[in-house]
Amino acid sequence: MRVAESLNRALHEVLAEDPSVRVLGEDVLDPYGGAFKITKGLSSRFPGRVLATPISENGIVGVAGGLALAGGKAIVEIMFSDFVALAFDQIVNFASKSVSMYGRPLRLPLIVRCPSGGGRGYGPTHSQSLQKHFIGVPGLAVYEVSPFDDHRELFGEMLALGEPCLLFEDKILYTRRLFGDGVADDLFQYDLLPGSGGVTRVYVDDPGQADCVIIAPGGVAHRALAAMRTLLLEREISCLLLVPRRLYPFDVTPLSPLLERAGAVVVAEESTAGGTWGAEVAHQVHSRLWGRLRRPVSLVHSAAGVIPAAAHLERDVLVQDTAIVRAVQELLT
Amino acid sequence: MPERLLEEITENLSDDDLGLLLLIRHFERKLLDLFGQGLVQGTTHTCLGQEYVPVALAPLLDERDFVFSNHRGHGHYLARFRDPYGLLAEITGREGAVCGGVGGSQHILSGRYLSTGIQGESLPVATGVALHLRDAEPGVLALAYVGDGTWGEGAVYEALNMAALWRLPLVVVTENNGIAQTTPTSAQLAGTIGDRARAFGCRFLHVDSRHPHEIRDALRPLFERTRQGAGPLVVEFATHRIGPHSKGDDTRSAEEIRHARDHDWYPRQGGSPRFARLDAEARAFVEVVAGEVLARPLSGREG
Ligand SMILES: Cc1ncc(C[n+]2csc(CCOP(=O)(O)OP(=O)(O)O)c2C)c(N)n1
Repeated sequence: MRVAESLNRALHEVLAEDPSVRVLGEDVLDPYGGAFKITKGLSSRFPGRVLATPISENGIVGVAGGLALAGGKAIVEIMFSDFVALAFDQIVNFASKSVSMYGRPLRLPLIVRCPSGGGRGYGPTHSQSLQKHFIGVPGLAVYEVSPFDDHRELFGEMLALGEPCLLFEDKILYTRRLFGDGVADDLFQYDLLPGSGGVTRVYVDDPGQADCVIIAPGGVAHRALAAMRTLLLEREISCLLLVPRRLYPFDVTPLSPLLERAGAVVVAEESTAGGTWGAEVAHQVHSRLWGRLRRPVSLVHSAAGVIPAAAHLERDVLVQDTAIVRAVQELLT
Repeated sequence: MPERLLEEITENLSDDDLGLLLLIRHFERKLLDLFGQGLVQGTTHTCLGQEYVPVALAPLLDERDFVFSNHRGHGHYLARFRDPYGLLAEITGREGAVCGGVGGSQHILSGRYLSTGIQGESLPVATGVALHLRDAEPGVLALAYVGDGTWGEGAVYEALNMAALWRLPLVVVTENNGIAQTTPTSAQLAGTIGDRARAFGCRFLHVDSRHPHEIRDALRPLFERTRQGAGPLVVEFATHRIGPHSKGDDTRSAEEIRHARDHDWYPRQGGSPRFARLDAEARAFVEVVAGEVLARPLSGREG
């Protein structure tokens, strides 16, 4: 099953199981089913609960906030995550504030789905990974889709949280296969890190024996895997990949023993340089493991520039597996 | 709806309506006074001169209706809950504060009443609430107060568009006091609010009257139709802000302020004996409230 199908199936199940959930977004109705088909079939199966909206990102997220405030639950699709910038006010100043600014906890079960990332030639305003702009907002949880995850469980977790959640979905994953049965490929296996609340670990045979740990969100998982393959086959360096389901709030505690054992940590993400999620993770790792790492945590991200449309130029800007390989090698030498 | 003579406004009101008007008036005056004494911090926007709007609307609203308020919301809150203790405690961060002192003057949530301090932000939220109500609680509506300046925000139009498209039970009450902070409406609003509302196919009423009975008579059938599924209603009150924008920041000329005062519902000559009695009662009550609330310990946070 492809990741797109898995997400679509998860949405079908969420709507079937919980009549209080509504889905809203631009062009989400059948037969189109959303720009990336993630909402396919929903409007036919749940008429009235799936709303096609005007092109009004701020308005739609506000409506979702209102639905949640009145006792419902809402899942919004932002057509391209770049456009979530237009909903910044509703996300940062309304939904995430309201869960605590009225002096007592208020439940606002609300998910904003954000198809993100480049690699498809959509150009500067349709290719960004804006996760970093939403890191560190009190009352706002940031998640990212991973090809290792159970997406039904993921939606369940976000709705149960009772706080607004942003879900970044790297578009490149949509057509990728969802991993299953703990097997990533012929070299690597995966499982959930016990007690981690949804961190997948991917490794060769023993997660405790890695030379280096790579922490990466779901959208970068394939590039991390490719890097790990190169490092293992060509340099005999074994890496452990950790893929957290939730990027923020993020607690490095359950990962610490693994990071300490390896003594070398790389954080890889697709965001452009500067003020990144990785910097936040690195700070936590440094605070905890300073003196027990061989080198400071290495940050791997896209270049500090717009994301060009032409494939060869886009490649130069976006983070690639080769950059991860390089970072790991530099850390270990 | 035209304006009527000032005396008529207060004389034809029930004790209850007049008492509420006066409670809001004296509450707001007291706040400015406390500000002057340094007993209130941050900012506070009083609704002096505009009190009659929420008082007129109060009986048109059901307990199950949602009300969204803005930065100038003390009157909206008091007209709904008649709870000067909780509100003053909120504004001064004392025990018994409606929101534990976290929200303060501009951020209050109590039951189905919510205010927030970002202009225009509440309209999409009210639209979402109205969407829920349309399907889950037919007959119940969401009402949102905004100022004229807030019609500069795009969120207003996104919300009106959706509310009209989906025929939602939403009432947008605009308190057009002719000014936004320091900017006259003529310098920030092209065209008219009525034309803007009508452009979305919303029903619209312009209200000049400051007489609660007249306002209620005019609005009751319109609210009823909104409840029954006729779609959003936009009401524009031509009103006057008598006080400063917030604390002492009035940039208007003396003449402009005099003009605003000329439209006050509060009779400058003291009014009838009944008025004088209720006025003295409200003033004394607010003194009691302030004395009691300010003697309370500071508020603690829940959760
Ligand atoms: C988005 C936003 N921009 C600016 C402000 C600052 N501000 C607070 S009140 C106000 C004026 C609002 O004018 P209007 O809507 O006419 O309401 P009034 O104050 O006259 O009641 C401004 C600019 C704000 N609170 N929110």
